[in-house]
Amino acid sequence: MTVYVLRRLAQTLLVLAITSLLVFFGLYVVGNPVEILVNPVADEVERARAAAALGLDKPIVEQYWVFLKGAFTGELGTSFVFGRSAIEVIVERMPATLELAFLAMLISVTLGVPLGLYAGLKPKSWVSKTIMAGSILGFSLPTFWVGLILILVFAVQLGWLPSTGRGPTVDVLGLQLSIVHWEGLKYALLPAINLALFKLSLIIRLTRAQVREQSLLDYIKFARAKGLPRSRVIGVHLLKNILIPLVTVVGLELVR
Amino acid sequence: MKLGRYVLALAAALLAVGGAGAQELVVGLSTPVTALDPHFHNLSPNNNVADHVFDKLVHKDAKEQLRPGLAESWKALDDTTWELKLRKGVKWHDGTEFTADDVIATIKRIPNVPNSPASFATYTRPITDIAAPDKLTLRLKTARPHPLLPNDLVAIRIVPKHIAETAKTEDFNSGKAMIGTGPYKFKEYVAGDRVVLERNEGYWGPKPYWKTVRLRMITNAPARVAALLAGDVQMIEAVPTADIARLQKEPRVTVSSAVSNRLIYLHMDSDRDKSPYVFDKSGKPLEKNPLKDVRVRKAISLAIDRDAIVSRIMEGQAQPAGQLLPDFFPGTSKKLVAPKVNQDAAKKLLAEAGYPNGFSITLHSPNNRYINDEKVAQAIAQFLTRAGIDTKLEAMPSNVFFSRAGKLEFSFFLAGWGAETGETSSPLRALIGTFSPATGMGQANRGRFSDDGVDALILTAMTNIDDTKRNLMLAAACDKAIGELQAIVPVHYEVSSWALRKGLAYTGRADQYTYAFEVRPAK
Repeated sequence: MTVYVLRRLAQTLLVLAITSLLVFFGLYVVGNPVEILVNPVADEVERARAAAALGLDKPIVEQYWVFLKGAFTGELGTSFVFGRSAIEVIVERMPATLELAFLAMLISVTLGVPLGLYAGLKPKSWVSKTIMAGSILGFSLPTFWVGLILILVFAVQLGWLPSTGRGPTVDVLGLQLSIVHWEGLKYALLPAINLALFKLSLIIRLTRAQVREQSLLDYIKFARAKGLPRSRVIGVHLLKNILIPLVTVVGLELVR
Repeated sequence: MKLGRYVLALAAALLAVGGAGAQELVVGLSTPVTALDPHFHNLSPNNNVADHVFDKLVHKDAKEQLRPGLAESWKALDDTTWELKLRKGVKWHDGTEFTADDVIATIKRIPNVPNSPASFATYTRPITDIAAPDKLTLRLKTARPHPLLPNDLVAIRIVPKHIAETAKTEDFNSGKAMIGTGPYKFKEYVAGDRVVLERNEGYWGPKPYWKTVRLRMITNAPARVAALLAGDVQMIEAVPTADIARLQKEPRVTVSSAVSNRLIYLHMDSDRDKSPYVFDKSGKPLEKNPLKDVRVRKAISLAIDRDAIVSRIMEGQAQPAGQLLPDFFPGTSKKLVAPKVNQDAAKKLLAEAGYPNGFSITLHSPNNRYINDEKVAQAIAQFLTRAGIDTKLEAMPSNVFFSRAGKLEFSFFLAGWGAETGETSSPLRALIGTFSPATGMGQANRGRFSDDGVDALILTAMTNIDDTKRNLMLAAACDKAIGELQAIVPVHYEVSSWALRKGLAYTGRADQYTYAFEVRPAK
């Protein structure tokens, strides 16, 4: 067992080393960052100064070494452009990203499960057929296009929601959140709906398939035979069982 | 149905309340600022925002002509000494008085900002000594005659002495050090999203119309246009060329345009005997580099239909170019005009140069740096092919393009140059003067054009402090370099555009800056 763990660890390290080499040198051969950063008017003196200030004048092997050392101590270096720690720049954007992800998930679960249930229980009705046809649109339309259409309709034509940007934020336990009040929520709504569209379709289809499958199983028949009310059969017995794959997929989708 | 109508009415009411802030101007900028420190990163978006808060000794008007700023007047006492009279009674945003000491401290800070990826030291380096005989007088010394010193001062944003001496770049980003003498006071900054400003009631210049200004950064061009149409912002910059025609017809919007100081041009390897991307028609490398022959360079210029490029590809958002800058700029030639396309003359010149059947060449171009750069290069390749020079196009992202061009890997390429000094010495020195770190010329001369006569004209002009005489000499240098020797082939000048909600007016600036304090209600 110990040998196995050690071997796996060694393999992981090797993969990490190769990836870091590929990424580092790959970026390096693509182009010289100094060329984009300095003002085109800058003379040779200024170019050399900028390269030195950013550590780009050192031999590439040494630059790689500096990067590795930093990576091991959890220090991802300084962003060239912002002159601030790279981690700080990334973390700063996190609340907005998380907000959107959660809002999109909330929309798709609260709409997706009931719609999927309905479509599963009454597969022949025209409402179910409309839901299913809609879900096909939901995951075949490209998001960038849907986004443009949403902006055109709700921001430009109707003027109900703002077209871009992030709303005013409120400090909640040290996090800058904007979706906790309406002014900020307005800004998150359009992008969240757009993001939710695909997830919603997925959940609808998954729920429907599960309902169709489970409804035929013995425990449902038995519950019915026992004379349990329909709401209890669906709400307790059926729902509990179809939730198992759903929760898995929701978890995976949230991270995406 | 009734409910729907109710919802609509409610939405309309909410919208009316939202739009009632007539004292606020919201602007959609195209590029996020990287830092608020006005001396950290010499980048147009940063400078644009900084100009709202920090003032400069010398200002530029919409056509880039110099105007008094914090300095009421300036004059050269002799070839290497300048005296500036500072404006009296100017107050910093924190209420303290502006004096010559602040300027001295600012100029000392500029070369010493840590980690700066593009510093402003280029503009302060010519200054070898600086003294303040009294509180409102400055004397600047330069090692050599430096006639463009006032132009360089436009790039230096003045901060108070105590901030220049102690503040770090982070202190500006946090807002702590954002104290200037400019038309607006700093209020809030959310990185990558917005800068909020409030009017400086004690500003010495014309009072800005808007009490608060919100500069929002919307990098995606269609999103910027949508935000304007939706009324989320009242003004946007960098209107995409594809949307101009539509916006001009849109009743809710007015469009303002101005020809800019950016020239798009073709550079040719006119130095090496064998150039890497020049071949004969069968694809074998040529023994002699045809681009060394001025007749071939002129043929290239004549084969290009600039009017077609401007009207078809640039949708009118450009002006055909015959020299380095549009002719209202100082130091331009009165004789040079954009040549009309003449394929026959081009073919004749090629034949005279010994290429009756032409040759083949590869044109390199960036594909994400200038407006429609790759499409323009494509059109040029087709025009040249028609004239007998089989031209292949290779376009690439600008970071790759510029590092390869810098290593002289190309024979023939498309690039652009913005003359930020607002006169012709900038492109003459950078693109056409012989490459030499000693003279500081040719830093972007990646075709390595070199002519002693042209060099002499530029260098003598640049020792002349007298504006009128110097500009005549620069015009003569343009005549020789472009008219006679075709050092580069000018293609067009970019036109920049702004779009505003109806009822607002903005005079487009040649330096492409978007100043909220120059936006006013239309008369």
